[in-house]
Amino acid sequence: MNNRSYFLLTALVLGFAFLYIPILSMIVYSFNESRLVTVWGGFSVKWYGELLNNRQMLQAAWLSLRIATVTATGAVIIGTLAGLVLARFGKFRMRTMFAGMVTAPLVMPEVITGLSLLLLFVALAGWPLVPDSRGFSTITIAHITLTMSYVTVVVQSRLSSMDDSLEEAAMDLGARPMKVFMLITLPIIAPAMISGWLLAFTLSLDDLVIASFTSGPSTNTLPMMIFSTVRRGVTPQVNALATIMVAIVTVFVIAAGVMMSRQERRRQADVRLAAAAAIAGTRG
Amino acid sequence: MAKQSYVSLGERVILGIDHLLATVLSSSPYRWSSGVLRRFGLRGRTLVIAVPWVWLLCFFLVPFIIVLKISFAETRWLGTPPYSPLFEWIDAQFLQVRFNLGNYFFLARDSLYINAFLSSLKVASVSTIFCLLIGYPMAYAIARADTKWRNVLLLLVILPFWTSFLLRVYAWMGLLGNNGLINQVLMAVGILEEGQPLVMLNTDFAMYVGIVYSYLPFMILPLYSNLEKHDLTLLEAAVDLGCKPFKAFLSITLPLSMSGVIAGSMLVFIPAVGEFVIPRLLGGTDSLMIGRVLWDEYFLNRNWPVASAVAIALLIVLVIPIMVFQRFQMQEAGASARR
Repeated sequence: MNNRSYFLLTALVLGFAFLYIPILSMIVYSFNESRLVTVWGGFSVKWYGELLNNRQMLQAAWLSLRIATVTATGAVIIGTLAGLVLARFGKFRMRTMFAGMVTAPLVMPEVITGLSLLLLFVALAGWPLVPDSRGFSTITIAHITLTMSYVTVVVQSRLSSMDDSLEEAAMDLGARPMKVFMLITLPIIAPAMISGWLLAFTLSLDDLVIASFTSGPSTNTLPMMIFSTVRRGVTPQVNALATIMVAIVTVFVIAAGVMMSRQERRRQADVRLAAAAAIAGTRG
Repeated sequence: MAKQSYVSLGERVILGIDHLLATVLSSSPYRWSSGVLRRFGLRGRTLVIAVPWVWLLCFFLVPFIIVLKISFAETRWLGTPPYSPLFEWIDAQFLQVRFNLGNYFFLARDSLYINAFLSSLKVASVSTIFCLLIGYPMAYAIARADTKWRNVLLLLVILPFWTSFLLRVYAWMGLLGNNGLINQVLMAVGILEEGQPLVMLNTDFAMYVGIVYSYLPFMILPLYSNLEKHDLTLLEAAVDLGCKPFKAFLSITLPLSMSGVIAGSMLVFIPAVGEFVIPRLLGGTDSLMIGRVLWDEYFLNRNWPVASAVAIALLIVLVIPIMVFQRFQMQEAGASARR
């Protein structure tokens, strides 16, 4: 080991400590009997019990989960189309503007996106097809707009890293575009779509600012509940909630990681198979 | 065709899709509707472009035009919506257009807004620099780590990003408070005297810690994907020719990684300028961040036109960084397409 490796090792250890100590401290304190952070009152799961009896919190969580599910599904559909357009459709009129609008929400400050969508919903109030009151549907629309960009970027980079020779081959052999998409493109981008779905789901579940702007007075999402609780200071119930969420996410991310690396190995074989099937299909 | 004795799951799924597709494509409703669409000049390609295009038009572009419009309106304290109309028909004959620049003059005159803008830019710049200082060595170390460790380390960077941002910011409230873990440890060790905690929560320091902490993965990931692609033989050649490793790093690795540095910096800087949650939870009551000013203008003062003017001004400030980011994003997409 030379000086350089020591430096890099130290950077890694300190960096990961910085990233993980806050999360670990929340997990530890969620099992603290005492309400105070200063005192260790012994191991206890009473905050989890209180959390499960907190009806408001549970309702908010249920609402957020529903919004996140619809958001992720919608964002994957629209985002995948946008990614496909950007990666495979070549030039078309106003492509630059399209690409600009797709990537802008990635970095746009949330307060701007939130305010602009709210003003849109207010301006459109009373029009046909527009929901009467702000809540589930307006938050979902706002979240789809925010998260589809992430799906687009993931799908686009996946498509760009694969060359389009398989698709071209199938086209040359006479397969219709729809068939090429279903049998060749879709299996290729399926992993990107899954990670895009998960990304959109998490981002939606986590969003405070845009949801606060686009929700009505009676709607409370989970982040909004957490924010109003936390503003009054540290509460052990929120620690318990954080621990549950960290546990779920960890299991999910690790499972997805394992699944995807397995899928990746199978993909090569599947892609070849898909091409063969498409070619056989166009002949028959 | 000879029947295979074993049909894999993937093959079955694909044959199933193929069968379904054949049924749908030859069904009369599909043929009828595609015929109708074609008569209007709409082909599949146009439709695929149209769906995301129309969505973005409705929920991204039009909202901005509305914000721009309302930023020129006058505030009406009573009434819904709480702003005056920009265009008004008088006696159904004359279209009156009231173009009010007052909100922008108000922003320019009141030092509160200018200070908020300046301090937001300062906070975002300083945070970006710290993210870079912490993130670059980490990304470098991961990119040069053993292949079997690389994925695990990368997963460790991504994992906090998947857990709630709000809860991670909240965790710092527990660490930085007067009775928080850090003060406890410092007192136990004897660096601080009992009962005289270091005030960290609700200060600028806490705000910086929160922003750097939350945005660090955004810096590491683009840097890593850049550094991982480098051709290491260049470095070897430099060292073989007598170059000191650090000098080789400065003259080869650093310039090559500039696009990663720019991408990461923009991903941190732009959202950090408009950050609201972190200043609100960790920063002091006097911390002036423009995101917070916009939030208060809308939620507390209910002054929609001024809030809109703040949003437009913020957008103007950020337009150049956003364009730099997009240009980079497109170059990167193009580069990976060529590979």
